[in-house]
Amino acid sequence: MIAFVVRRLLQGVFVMLVVGFIAFSLFNFVGDPVSLMLPPEATQADRQEMRVSLGLDKPFHVQFATFVANATQGNFGISLRLGRPVSTLLVERLPATLELAIAAAVLGLFVGIPLGVFTALKRDSWTSRAILTTSLIGVSLPNFLIGIFLILIFAVWLGVLPSFGRGDTVMVGPWSTGLLTTSGLRALILPSVTLAFFPLTLVMRLVRSEMLEVLRTDYIKFARARGLTDNAVNFGHALKNTLVPVITITGLQLGGIIAFAIITETVFQWPGMGLLFIQAVQFADIPVMAAYLCLIGLIFVVINLVVDILYYVVDPRLRLDRGGAGGH
Amino acid sequence: MSATIVLRAATLAAALAFGAAADAKTLRWSSQGDILTMDPHAQNEGLNNAVSDHIYEPLVTRGKDLKIEPCLATSWKAVSPAATQFKLRPGVRFHDGTPFTADDAVFSIERALAPTSNFSPYMQGITGARKVDEQTVEIATRGPNPVLLAQLTEVRMMSKAWAARHNVLKPQDYKNKEETYASRNANGTGPFVLKSREADVKTVLVLNSNWWGKMEGNVNEIVYQPIKQDGTRLAALLSGEVDFVLDPPPQDIPRLKKDPKVKVVEGNENRTIFFGFDQWRDELQYASVKGKNPFRDQRVRQAFQLAIDVNALKTQVMRGLSTPTAVMFAPQVDGYDRALDAVTKPDRERARKLLAEAGYPQGFEVTLDCPNNRYINDEKLCQATAAMLAQVNVKVRLNAMPRATYFAKIQKFDTSFYMLGWGVPTFDSLYALQSLLRTVGQGGDGNFNLGKYSNPKVDAAIDALKTETDPAKRKALTREALAIHKADVGHVPLHHQVIPWAMRANVSVVHRADNRLVARWVKVN
Repeated sequence: MIAFVVRRLLQGVFVMLVVGFIAFSLFNFVGDPVSLMLPPEATQADRQEMRVSLGLDKPFHVQFATFVANATQGNFGISLRLGRPVSTLLVERLPATLELAIAAAVLGLFVGIPLGVFTALKRDSWTSRAILTTSLIGVSLPNFLIGIFLILIFAVWLGVLPSFGRGDTVMVGPWSTGLLTTSGLRALILPSVTLAFFPLTLVMRLVRSEMLEVLRTDYIKFARARGLTDNAVNFGHALKNTLVPVITITGLQLGGIIAFAIITETVFQWPGMGLLFIQAVQFADIPVMAAYLCLIGLIFVVINLVVDILYYVVDPRLRLDRGGAGGH
Repeated sequence: MSATIVLRAATLAAALAFGAAADAKTLRWSSQGDILTMDPHAQNEGLNNAVSDHIYEPLVTRGKDLKIEPCLATSWKAVSPAATQFKLRPGVRFHDGTPFTADDAVFSIERALAPTSNFSPYMQGITGARKVDEQTVEIATRGPNPVLLAQLTEVRMMSKAWAARHNVLKPQDYKNKEETYASRNANGTGPFVLKSREADVKTVLVLNSNWWGKMEGNVNEIVYQPIKQDGTRLAALLSGEVDFVLDPPPQDIPRLKKDPKVKVVEGNENRTIFFGFDQWRDELQYASVKGKNPFRDQRVRQAFQLAIDVNALKTQVMRGLSTPTAVMFAPQVDGYDRALDAVTKPDRERARKLLAEAGYPQGFEVTLDCPNNRYINDEKLCQATAAMLAQVNVKVRLNAMPRATYFAKIQKFDTSFYMLGWGVPTFDSLYALQSLLRTVGQGGDGNFNLGKYSNPKVDAAIDALKTETDPAKRKALTREALAIHKADVGHVPLHHQVIPWAMRANVSVVHRADNRLVARWVKVN
C-alpha cells in the first residue's frame, strides 16, 4: 500500500514538473510583458533595465529552475498586471471558483440523478424524449453561448437576475463567500446553471443507461416478484447499484468543472481564478499564468491520486495482483 | 483641538448639505479592463489616469475643451528660461485632513521623476523642483520647455507625510516583489475619495465633501466594475445594472442607437491611425523584391497612398465612426492646420503608373504587420487595405497579431509595412512629430519612427520646435515639418478614431477627446 502511494506520489511530482515546464515554455510565445508594462514612449535602455529587473534577460533554463525552486515554496512572484503577490491573488480568487464549481456539481447531481431515473423508468414517454433532446442541445452548445442566452433572457428581457459579478460577499475568516447574501445567491444562479449544463447531462445519461441495465437483472425481477413497491424497487434496489460509477465520474468531473470554469467566469465576470487567468494571458502576466496552470495541474493530480487510492481500497483484485507480482 | 472641531463641523455641514440634496446619485460604470493601480505615478495607462484624476490632482489640468486650466496651482510664471514658479492654491487639504503644501508638490514631482515611475514621458526636460516658500514651488527644466504645462497635467500630487508613513516614497517597484501600500490605498486632494477597492471586481469612490472646487454634476458615489466580455457588458447596460459603458463594441452601436433606454455619445478621439514603411533597409525583409527596398522610393509610397481609399475605409470598415485625415495628429492638438489636412483622392491609374515608373510594373508582394486587438477594427482595416492594394497589383500578406506580440515585434524595427495608432496626451504637435517623424536618435527622438523615416529638413524643424516658445513660430515649424513629410509620403495616415460612449438615457456626460470620463461633470437624472 505504502509503496503504491509513494509510486503514485512520484508520478504526481513528475506530472507537475512536466506541467510547469510546458506552461513555462508556452509563455515565451505569448509576448513581451515589458512592452505592455512600459509606456510606448520608453527607450530601449528603459526596456532592457526592466527586463533585467524582472529576470527576463536570463537564459531559459535558469528562469525555469528559479521558477521551480520558488514554486515549491508557494512563491510564484508578483503579478505584472496587479503588482501583488500571485499566491495572495490565487488565495483571494479560490473561494469564488470553488463556490461556483461546487454549486454546479451539486446542481448536476441533484438534477441529473432524478432526471436520469425518470428517463429510464418512463423511457418511451414524450417528456423523456424532450428531456433527452434538450440535453443533447445542452452538450453540443458551447458554454459561453448558453451563458449569453441566459443573460439575454433573465437579465436583459426579464430583468430578474444580475448579468455579471458575484454580488455582495461576506468574509468568513479568510474565505469570501457569496452564499450568505441575497445578492450573492442571486448572482450565483446563472453562472452555476451554465456551468452545470454539461455535468448534468453527463450524470443524467449515465444514470439512465445504468438504470436500464440494472432493471433488466434477475434480482430486480425477483424483487418485483416479492411484491415490493415500485418505489422500493426503483430507488432502494436499482438506483443504489447505479451510483458507484456516478460517484467516480462526479469526482473526476469536479476537476474539469474547476478548470473549465474559465469560460463561464469570463462570460459572467465572475471574479474567480479563471477570470484572473484570462486577464493574465492578455497582459502576458507570466507569473499568474504559470501559477494558475500549476494549481490546476495540482488539483487534477490530487483528485486522480485520491481516486486511485479509493480504487485500491475498494477493489481487492488490485491488491492481489500487485502482491502476486511482487512475490515472483 | 478647536481646529479639529471646526473641521469636523464643516465636514458634517457639507455632508448634511449633500445628504439633503435629493438628487445626489451613484454613477455605476464599466469598461473592459480594470484599473491597474491606485498609485498615481506607477502606471501611465488611459483608464488608470482617468480614474486617478478623480482622487489625485495635478498642478494644472484640462477643462471640458481640453484647454489647460489652473488646478492645485492658481498661477504660474517663467522666472528664467529654465525655471517656472507655481503659486499653490491655498486652503487645499488631502483626504486625510492634512494641508497640501509646497513640500508635497516638490515631493510629488521628485517621485514622478524616480526611475520606477511610469511617467517619464511627462517628465522629459524636467530636472527637479524646489520650494520657494510655503505657497510657491519652482520647477526646473533643461532650457525653455514649451510643453511644460501640458506635461504637468499628468503629474499628480501626493502627500509626502502619508507616503513616508506608508513607505511609498517611490512608485511601485517590481524589483522588491512586494505590494506597495499606495497601489490599493489613496490619499489625494481630488473631488472623490477612494472608499474600497477589489481588483477586477469593484472600485468605489465617494464624494469628498471638503473639495475646494465646484461640483457641476450630481454624482456623489462612483462604482467602477470592469466587465471583460463585450456581450455581458452591454447586457449590464441594457438591464440597467450599469449606467455608463466607456467602450461599447463598434458593431453594436447602430443597435444601441435604436434602443430608447440607451444613448450613444460620439466624439473624436485624440488618436490617429496610419501605415508606416521600412525606409532604411537596403533590402526589404518581408517582400518578394530581392536586392532592393521599394519603399525607399517616394513613388512607391505615393502609389500606396493613392491606392488606399480612406473614405471607403470609413464607410465600409468603420461604419462611419472615423474622421479620415491626411496628417499625423488630431485637430485638438496644438499646431494642427486644416489647410494641410486634405485627404488624398484615390487614383488607381496613377498608382499603377507610379509603380511602373519605379520599376514594378507587375507590382510586388509584401507582408503587412497588423495588431488585432489594439485599435478599433484594426485587423479589418488591414484586410480592406490589402484588397485595395491588390487592385494596383501589390499583393499584401497579412500578419495580424495580438498586441502583446505585435508591439514587441515592431518596436524592434522588425517590420516592412505596419499599422500604428498614435495619441497625443500633451495635446502638442511636438509629442507626435518627435516620436514619429524625427530621425531615430536619443531622448525620445523617433522612438516610434519604426520604419526609420528620415529627412534632415524635418529634423531641423522638429529640433527647433523643442525649445521654441512663441506659439506663432511653433505653428509655422509644425506646418513646415508636416508639409515636407506629406510630400515625402513618410507615412500613410488613415483616420482619427471616433470613440462612442454608451449610457442610460438619463445620464449626461461631457465627451472628451482623451477618452476620459470626468465624474464631476456627470448628471444622473
